[in-house]
Amino acid sequence: MSLSLILVVVLALGAMAYWLGRSRGAAMVVAGGHRIGAVHSLPGYHGAWVALLALAPALVVLAGWAIVGEGVVTGQVLAAVPQDVRPVTPLDTSAFMNEVRGLAAGDIAAAFNPAAEAVAPQYRAIRGNYNLMVGALALALFAIGGLWAFSQVRPDFRARNRVERVVKWGLVLASVVAILTTFGIVMSLIFESIRFFQMVSPVEFLFGTKWSPQTAIRADQVGSSGAFGAVPLFWGTIFIGAIIAMIVAIPLGLMAAIYMTQYADARVRRVVKPMLELLAGVPTVVYGFFAALTVAPAVRNFAVSIGIADASAESALAAGLVMGIMIIPFVSSMADDALTAVPQAMRDGSLAMGATKSETVKKVLVPAALPGIVGGVLLAVSRAIGETMIVVMAAGLAANLTLNPFSSVTTVTAQIVALLTGDQEFDSPKTLSAFALGLVLFVITLLLNIYALAVVKKYREAYE
Amino acid sequence: MTDIPARQADGNSAPMAHNVPVAAGRAAEAVTTKMTARDVNVFYGAKQALKNVSIDVSRENVTAFIGPSGCGKSTFLRCFNRMNDTVDSAQVSGRIQLDGKDIYSPDMDVVQLRARVGMVFQKPNPFPKSIYENIAYGPRIHGLARAKPDLDIIVESSLRRAGLWDEAKDRLNESGTAMSGGQQQRLCIARAIAVDPEVILMDEPCSALDPIATAKIEELIDELRGKYAIVIVTHNMQQAARVSQKTAFFHLGSMVEYGDTSMIFTNPVQTRTKDYITGRYG
Repeated sequence: MSLSLILVVVLALGAMAYWLGRSRGAAMVVAGGHRIGAVHSLPGYHGAWVALLALAPALVVLAGWAIVGEGVVTGQVLAAVPQDVRPVTPLDTSAFMNEVRGLAAGDIAAAFNPAAEAVAPQYRAIRGNYNLMVGALALALFAIGGLWAFSQVRPDFRARNRVERVVKWGLVLASVVAILTTFGIVMSLIFESIRFFQMVSPVEFLFGTKWSPQTAIRADQVGSSGAFGAVPLFWGTIFIGAIIAMIVAIPLGLMAAIYMTQYADARVRRVVKPMLELLAGVPTVVYGFFAALTVAPAVRNFAVSIGIADASAESALAAGLVMGIMIIPFVSSMADDALTAVPQAMRDGSLAMGATKSETVKKVLVPAALPGIVGGVLLAVSRAIGETMIVVMAAGLAANLTLNPFSSVTTVTAQIVALLTGDQEFDSPKTLSAFALGLVLFVITLLLNIYALAVVKKYREAYE
Repeated sequence: MTDIPARQADGNSAPMAHNVPVAAGRAAEAVTTKMTARDVNVFYGAKQALKNVSIDVSRENVTAFIGPSGCGKSTFLRCFNRMNDTVDSAQVSGRIQLDGKDIYSPDMDVVQLRARVGMVFQKPNPFPKSIYENIAYGPRIHGLARAKPDLDIIVESSLRRAGLWDEAKDRLNESGTAMSGGQQQRLCIARAIAVDPEVILMDEPCSALDPIATAKIEELIDELRGKYAIVIVTHNMQQAARVSQKTAFFHLGSMVEYGDTSMIFTNPVQTRTKDYITGRYG
């Protein structure tokens, strides 16, 4: 009897428990003559309470067994294997048990290890017994909980309050899971980074100007020095995400927002604004191949035509241009909000002085909305430097420390992808450096976001 | 300028519109008609906000528009500098003239019109710039000052005329929004004065202010009388009685009565005016 079958049975019984509780509640309502106050809670709450008390312990037992069960069974199966052929290292054990499980489930016909074939029937028997025991325990708990809750169903029983409390704790649990996951991610970044910094000094990583993460496997290997100076990566990230992309996105986004809020009439705005925001919905991988296949060759041809012979096919300019286009909706929608939030009185005051529309925008609205616009730009920068697909496809992997926009540069995100793609050993500085890079990126974008949100919030308060 | 309003008012500029009762008056002082409105109708979409209103505004007098909320008085005021243009749904018909020239005609430039007809709003709305920059804003966009010294002179004289110089002279570089509400409103008046307009429209300029700041603004209006044609919309009947020489009473989009302030408040012709003044409604 498999665990999933037990689970299905328990859930079906839970639905039945709900129905029973509900029916009994409904009967009480009828008996009470449909008066308010005759029965404290609606029938549905009684049903939910019965189902909850029946299901909760049974599900906890099943979940607990799903987590620890395999370990218990494995221990007993290994004990049954003769001492001389028993696997010793964790890796061997894992391979051995995989074969045993495959045989037991019938997924594979034969195993490399004859010992595994020998214990497969035992595994199946032990597993089956345990599952039966756990299933019986779950059903017993289900019955006890369900019956106890069912016996509580009385007109004055406050099922609603109890169910509401359970709902609240369920919601708390959901948000705690999200927070804990984030916390876990940060922790894993930090621990892996610490391992990296034990091999490479933080000073070299943060201030070194040579990036060449290939480490030599043999002593006589050429060109695999293993240099971990990340400055070229930081520079590439800033060059593409915070400089070139912003040169594109800030003027275009801001002017689009000014047009939308001040010039466009309601009909145009209704059509054009969602279209602009559609840009934000294009998958970044689509931008990526647009950058790599269309923009990058065009940029290279342009560079060659103006006499830069060594222009690279993958250039900072191509990636930055496309990233700028991608960022436009972020800038424009934040600028739109900021401009709309400037009180109408400010605009009227300027117009009543005889200022034209463009003078009003230039001298009153944009200065008044500036903090909000700056906040939007900072959020856009943090989005741009974390962007991956475009730079992977169009910026290249050569860690050049250069000001030339036609040459190939690389970014933190592109390097992380390169370092972790394919089969990698997780104890070399090459792989671990990806975590250090990720940590730096995380810290930078976190600070940018906190600062940007503070700016935006302060500005909003000023007008409310 | 301390004459009582009744003696300054005159009957010659009394309403010419067909639906406006003529207030009695004696010719005392010559007045020049600055702006005239004839048969002005304003629609917001399908809703008519103003019905066939005609009025003459003279240069020497302060003209007050009174009436209950939603009676169309602010809408009418905003016709005089075409601020209704900024409201998409507003449709204005009829004729409004400034010195005999139709302000809604195609050859009237709205930028120049608004430089000649300034406006002060209900809520003080200084720009989020320094006090100096707030005043210099208008002269700059209209090219009134060639160099910084010229601008300095304009700023100082505007602040002086608005009675704000003594309070503001040491803090010209501080933000205009950091001032008190009453100071902000006087700053807005100074800002309007800075481009040397011919007419100043005031849309309930004291409704957001406390009594002391209100008294200061009223004093200022009295000082500005004669230099600019002033039209003031107010909710406060005592204020209309205090600062104006001519009063127009609006109700439900129509102008019910227009005449000397002293007459309107002591001896109104229309019963509706009387009921409003004595507090029956509004």
